[in-house]
Amino acid sequence: MTRERISKMQEKVNLIFSECDSMELLEQALKVEPQQILKMLLTSSLRGRGGAGFLTSLKWKFASEADGNRKFVVANADEGEPGTFKDREILDKVPCKVLAGMAICAHTIGAREGYIYLRGEYNYMKKSLQQKLDEFNDKIKNMLDFTISIKSGSGAYVCGEETALIESMEGKRGEPRNKPPYPVTEGYLGFPTVVNNVETLVYVAMIMKHGAAHFASLGTEKSKGAKVFSVSGDTPIPGIYELEMGMNLAEFVELFGDGDTKAVQVGGASGFCVPRRKFAETIIGFEGIPTGGSMMLFNSSRSMYNVLHNYLEFFCEESCGQCTPCRVGCQQLRNGIEAVKQRKLPPSHLDVLSKMTRTMKIASKCGLGQSVPNSFNSIVTSFKEEIIY
Amino acid sequence: MSISLSVKTAIEESGNSRENLMSVLQIIRSDLGTLSPAILTEVADQMGLSRADVYGTATFYSFLETTPVGKYSIRICRSISCDMKNKNAVREALENHLFIKKGETTKDGMFTLTETNCLGHCHEGPVMLVNDEIHTELTPDSAVKIIEEIRIREGVDE
Amino acid sequence: MKKMKLYIDNNEVEVMEGTTILEAAQGLNITIPTLCHHEDLCIAGNCRVCVVEVEGSEMLSAACATPVSTGMRIKTNSLKVRDSRRTIIDMLLSEHAGECVTCQRSGNCELQTLAVLYGSPDNHLMDISIKTEPDRSSSSIIKDDSKCIKCQRCVRTCQEIQKIGALTMSGKGEHAKVSTFFELPLNTVVCTNCGQCVIRCPTGALVERTYIDEVWDVIGNSDVHTVVQTAPAVRVGLGEALGHDAGGRFTGQMVSALRKLGFDAVFDTNFTADLTIIEEGSELLNRLTNVIKGSGEALLPMFTSCSPGWIKFIEHQFPHLLGHLSTCKSPQQMFGALAKTRWSEKAQIEPEKISSISIMPCTAKKFEAARPEMNDSGYRDVDYVLTTRELAKMIKQAGIDFDKLDESECDSLLGKHSGAAVIFGATGGVMEAAIRTVYELVTGRPVPFENLNITAVRGMEGIREATLRIEGTVEKYNFLEGVELKVAVAHGLKNANAIMELVSQGSAPWHFVEVMACPGGCLSGGGQPIPTSPEIREARARAIYEEDESLPIRKSHENPEITRIYEEFLTDGPCGHKSHHLLHTHYTPRR
Repeated sequence: MTRERISKMQEKVNLIFSECDSMELLEQALKVEPQQILKMLLTSSLRGRGGAGFLTSLKWKFASEADGNRKFVVANADEGEPGTFKDREILDKVPCKVLAGMAICAHTIGAREGYIYLRGEYNYMKKSLQQKLDEFNDKIKNMLDFTISIKSGSGAYVCGEETALIESMEGKRGEPRNKPPYPVTEGYLGFPTVVNNVETLVYVAMIMKHGAAHFASLGTEKSKGAKVFSVSGDTPIPGIYELEMGMNLAEFVELFGDGDTKAVQVGGASGFCVPRRKFAETIIGFEGIPTGGSMMLFNSSRSMYNVLHNYLEFFCEESCGQCTPCRVGCQQLRNGIEAVKQRKLPPSHLDVLSKMTRTMKIASKCGLGQSVPNSFNSIVTSFKEEIIY
Repeated sequence: MSISLSVKTAIEESGNSRENLMSVLQIIRSDLGTLSPAILTEVADQMGLSRADVYGTATFYSFLETTPVGKYSIRICRSISCDMKNKNAVREALENHLFIKKGETTKDGMFTLTETNCLGHCHEGPVMLVNDEIHTELTPDSAVKIIEEIRIREGVDE
Repeated sequence: MKKMKLYIDNNEVEVMEGTTILEAAQGLNITIPTLCHHEDLCIAGNCRVCVVEVEGSEMLSAACATPVSTGMRIKTNSLKVRDSRRTIIDMLLSEHAGECVTCQRSGNCELQTLAVLYGSPDNHLMDISIKTEPDRSSSSIIKDDSKCIKCQRCVRTCQEIQKIGALTMSGKGEHAKVSTFFELPLNTVVCTNCGQCVIRCPTGALVERTYIDEVWDVIGNSDVHTVVQTAPAVRVGLGEALGHDAGGRFTGQMVSALRKLGFDAVFDTNFTADLTIIEEGSELLNRLTNVIKGSGEALLPMFTSCSPGWIKFIEHQFPHLLGHLSTCKSPQQMFGALAKTRWSEKAQIEPEKISSISIMPCTAKKFEAARPEMNDSGYRDVDYVLTTRELAKMIKQAGIDFDKLDESECDSLLGKHSGAAVIFGATGGVMEAAIRTVYELVTGRPVPFENLNITAVRGMEGIREATLRIEGTVEKYNFLEGVELKVAVAHGLKNANAIMELVSQGSAPWHFVEVMACPGGCLSGGGQPIPTSPEIREARARAIYEEDESLPIRKSHENPEITRIYEEFLTDGPCGHKSHHLLHTHYTPRR
């Protein structure tokens, strides 16, 4: 029953994984003037699908207006958010759509070089991807002066942050840069660079194919379009699902839960934990909780202390370590909940930590440190007893 | 092949400028194993970078190990979804099978067992990477079997 | 560049595009606290101490790293800013193994200052500091990771100013730390001991290795005769460490203080600076003779050899060019050798009973003194090297009221000096001093510059070049008639590196090159008072040139004690057998 409902919901959208001739799509898209493409993207309201949700049309507009002898298009395939696995699936199933999206971007902003930054954990995909790439580069030779290559990561979550990703592409430690300047004006090697999530690029291609209006007709007023969700945890049907944006969490749990869902972590370790009593009022989208697609369900057998501790351990390791609020804050949070659990510090220490997260949120250098407080505060608020006792 | 020649080959394949450093290190890590002081000295000298800089770059990335590792790196995903599917049982089975603890390398230099952050297969956990090969939906038994098969392939007696 | 109008704490200010919030605030005399920021270094924006509120943004912005924009409204002292600033400082303190009562930097620690001013009266964060054993392998610098707060000033200094890259950030997250290559001990890596990291470290994570106690011991031992020398730059830095503004000169008080501390003989490195000019000048003329007359092999350009950081730099980075280095020991080592020979003879004290101590603006001098080759008299040239900072501390420990001291003069024999020796303390000074003497030796006339000031080689530009046409030579040097003497001056090892690349390629046009490892020369050496900045370096340089002009003798060869030493001691003349034995040396390649 629910499976049928889900299938129907997916069929209504069916953009990312739909069958389509990418070359034909690209051929048509390249006939459209860059200005017109920007306009279409604006109409579609497409926002970055990596999690930050920046308007794609704006990013491309800035890059197209920026001066530079060279410009770059980078597909961000450094998918590292715990609970997210959709980019791997996309690159595996529809790589040519990603490449088409990149080529459309190149055409729009005037770039001649493109890179896919593929996380080291996905090295096993590199060979087949390279093969697809070689074919693609060969095929578009007569259509567009644009070549794509792969750069690999080597195991660093923070490189998903676009300026850290660029540092890593430049052969350096993946430490996020100060912004401004933003990559659209000074990116890879100092040249204007668009970094887009893999999923975003496919949506661009699909918008070119089906039109901006179609895309914008999906979802809600504030969260237009669809999104690929990575569903895992306590669910009978874990996997990848492309659904409209703007669903509420009660609906989602009804479809994917195991009947005993006590909380859903929306957006991975850097996202928010929503307890059962808030499912009905929580929208998955920019008007509620925006997400890169990670949806993790927990049933009543799970210790939320373990969940939070796992996340904090992750952040202690994966923070780049350069800025104080993130480097020290993550350790304070992890050590702090351990100390409270072990009765070495009183429960009131959680308030000290919560107060500290205000600073992490507004004073950290990049999105990583800024979002660590999300899981901490949402879990501590809803499951304080589990953290303390 | 000597270290110097391996490094030279990797640089020729990747390019000699700074932005190629990651690629150079990745190739060498895969060809020669651990990024030892001798290797990183050679990389730094051949690419005209400071040795400390090359070391600092490598140590930022968890797949570019500078401490001794085995021929096979077993990386078990430690993220919450794999944890919920009992990755600890898989880890313990491997620890017992290999007679090492997490973070250690077998005496014969064949296997290093570590935990790593999200491998991106959260719907089919627990998962592990053995070098560049992904193994999903593991049980303690299936994980051990995978290692045993490698042992057989390598022709190593227990 | 266009101008931009903005508001900081409701004050209107107009600045050029590209100005940072921090700079704009400084223009309004509004202080925003900083920590990772340093005027000499690129912007890091990582400590976050300088965060401010920009109207319209929920996030705070790092004032040091954020360029202004038109109409910006900034608050530097809002509730939100104060809260975050305090939390960040509390965070830094939680990972810093303080030990303020025993720390060398206590009282002059930027973190301590911030903590006192902005930190919580009661920091509730957990202590997450990790106590590790400091790296004491180097004879110059101690690296104590447990005090490090990861501002990366040292890493940037070593990379940007010196282009050495002995230090890096390694690891990530909670494991991020300042490291050498594979955490090797400092004395085994490419570190030149210049100490530029030490004078930019905001805490006690990088400090000089101190020998104060050892020196007190020898002063207190009546069987030991202590001989002290002070380098030219010390006298223009010492005041700062004792509460004065940069730019003061305290030569006379310094000499009095040294006597009060109990040193038996108080001399001056300036004396051997003058001696260096005679020896190095002669060596240059010998090399020129060989090259121009074609009568022998000689490598040009010749490099000065006073700066031990620079020496170790060549040993590591350009070992094939070591032959270009003047064989002269540095003034410190020349002095040490003479203390145990000439002074020993004159004062009739056995050399083994003499302890030779130097006060230097430098950390690398500590390493230089410990070099095994520096003991040609059969005794170690220099036994202990103290920095300007350590001398200031001793003066304070001894309860000496420095400001009330009368001025006095050094003991004679190894104490007299010319203005040419004083300017050794500033970049370009050795070159100027050498030209004053060499030109006069060759032509019999003083250099053709007003008041002997060779301004072309002065200043703070990284690399400076000058050409001097030699005309009207005396008979002995007729072969130099019409020759254009080409010289270059570089300071900071990044600039030295640029020079060396040219020399390496064989495209360096110069005959003589002066290099000082530290930006500004010795006046901003790693042993000088902390902090350093372009303004401070300018002020110290001004003081040095004032001191030069204030002296009756301005040329090394006119120093009467120099004349005397060649008459009485180095009787086979400059670069003769005896001077070669005692005052010259050779260096060997390092990896």
